[in-house]
Amino acid sequence: MREELLAIVERNSRIDLKELAVILGVEEIDVVNELEAMEKEGIICGYHTMIDWEKTSIEKVSALIEVRVTPQRGQGFDNIAERIYKYPEVTSVYLISGGYDLLVTLEGKSLKEISGFVSDKLSTLDSVLSTATHFILKKYKDHGTILAKKYEDTREKVTP
Amino acid sequence: MKDLLSKQAVNLKPSGIRKFFDIVSEMDDAISLGVGEPDFDTPWHIRDEGIYSLEKGRTFYTSNSGLKELREEICHYMKRKHGVTYDPLHEVLITVGGSEAIDIGLRAVINPGDEVLIPQPSFVSYEPCAIMAGGVPVIIELKAENEFRLTAQELEDAITEKTKILILPFPNNPTGAIMERKDLEEIAEVIRKHDILVMSDEIYAELTYKEKHVSIVEIEGMQERTILINGFSKAYAMTGWRLGYACGPRVILEQMVKLHQFAIMCAPTTSQYAAVEALRNGDPDVLEMKTAYNQRRRYLMHAFQEMGLECFEPFGAFYVFPCIKEFGMTSEEFANRFLEEEKVAVVPGTAFGDCGEGYLRISYAYSLDNLKLAIGKLADFVEKLRAKAR
Repeated sequence: MREELLAIVERNSRIDLKELAVILGVEEIDVVNELEAMEKEGIICGYHTMIDWEKTSIEKVSALIEVRVTPQRGQGFDNIAERIYKYPEVTSVYLISGGYDLLVTLEGKSLKEISGFVSDKLSTLDSVLSTATHFILKKYKDHGTILAKKYEDTREKVTP
Repeated sequence: MKDLLSKQAVNLKPSGIRKFFDIVSEMDDAISLGVGEPDFDTPWHIRDEGIYSLEKGRTFYTSNSGLKELREEICHYMKRKHGVTYDPLHEVLITVGGSEAIDIGLRAVINPGDEVLIPQPSFVSYEPCAIMAGGVPVIIELKAENEFRLTAQELEDAITEKTKILILPFPNNPTGAIMERKDLEEIAEVIRKHDILVMSDEIYAELTYKEKHVSIVEIEGMQERTILINGFSKAYAMTGWRLGYACGPRVILEQMVKLHQFAIMCAPTTSQYAAVEALRNGDPDVLEMKTAYNQRRRYLMHAFQEMGLECFEPFGAFYVFPCIKEFGMTSEEFANRFLEEEKVAVVPGTAFGDCGEGYLRISYAYSLDNLKLAIGKLADFVEKLRAKAR
């Protein structure tokens, strides 16, 4: 049940528990227990909402920043990653294989705010060797959801 | 002009679905639960392969039987799924949807007056195809108390000296019924005893929600007398690509290839390239879609239970077939009123044979949100009818 349950709540965490039990063919109490267990185990880490900020009047700018750093003895990248992810404007930090080390995503009110963060806070960290900032111009798809287009049922209405 | 038209063609009853379609398409705001095709788009990697084949200029006819590569993949699939071996060169034919295979399969084996056993409720084209092939359709009325399975006794009772072939439409459209191994073993005994052929339409083979689908060709002595029909429409959500296939004994397939060659030449080339990709890498997509269908199926069964609407639990395809006999209306009356009063389209069971009277076909090839909306309206409608009867 776990895999199927996760697949459903990953797309719709607001689904009614009773309905969840019905479509999984199990009892509601089992669903509740399983969700709780997975929360405790840290498998389910949160229930967030996907928002297309573009459609609101709120100004938001996001950026991807490639960061090259010097790993520290005994700590590897963990220490520096922690120093970066503690900033609230940082939305994610990934350790990456390839040409650079950390991929940091960032959300700010304006280009200025983001570039300020990069030049004042990020680049000045001791182990940071270099950064490259990419501003996101448009989100076509995010978290498996296509933002650019709405689903439209183009089938004939009745077919054998 | 005298006798402008073929009497046989004129005498064919138009599909019961067509009539309903005309009414529904007039109504812009109607919600439909009437479609017989998946709501998913064809998985992107499969579409991509079709596009790529066009880019590469694969725009010519293929051999009449279809791309060799595709026929080989179909043979692998048959081995993998059913443990049976087919020769890709002589025992597989790629057709324009499963529908074409039904038509030419019957025309390849029927002589005038041969009886074709057609269990109903079932897909709309078996009967007209049998007639146009010169056969005599003999209807076997499947029963709700048997969960719309075909029983050995029903089969035995329908067989005469003229019986040539049995059409075996499972997993079934419109009932959602399946035949499990023990059911197949029982009817196989009758089939062997009377030495008749089988046309097994397994287009919904990938969509079963109990155990994995069992094909009649897995049963002893059946492969040599069976035309197995399958295709890409339902499993891979590829209805518009029009691609199906038939597997069967060489002697029959040779005749089918001739008919196919003269009428069609070959199935669409782009679709054939896409289908190779579907068979090679499409298993995870099938599983994902099947999981979604199963969730919706459970939702519907639960909703019917809550509104007290009688319905046997179907384990195949993407249809449920609830009984509406308690309301004292024909299926068509019910469907028409439901459409008029609640603006939801369902298909009357009679569109799939007279014995569908008293039932509705509800398709769950719709998103859960859509289903919830429509089923809410069904609950209201049912409540209204019951209140009036009180």
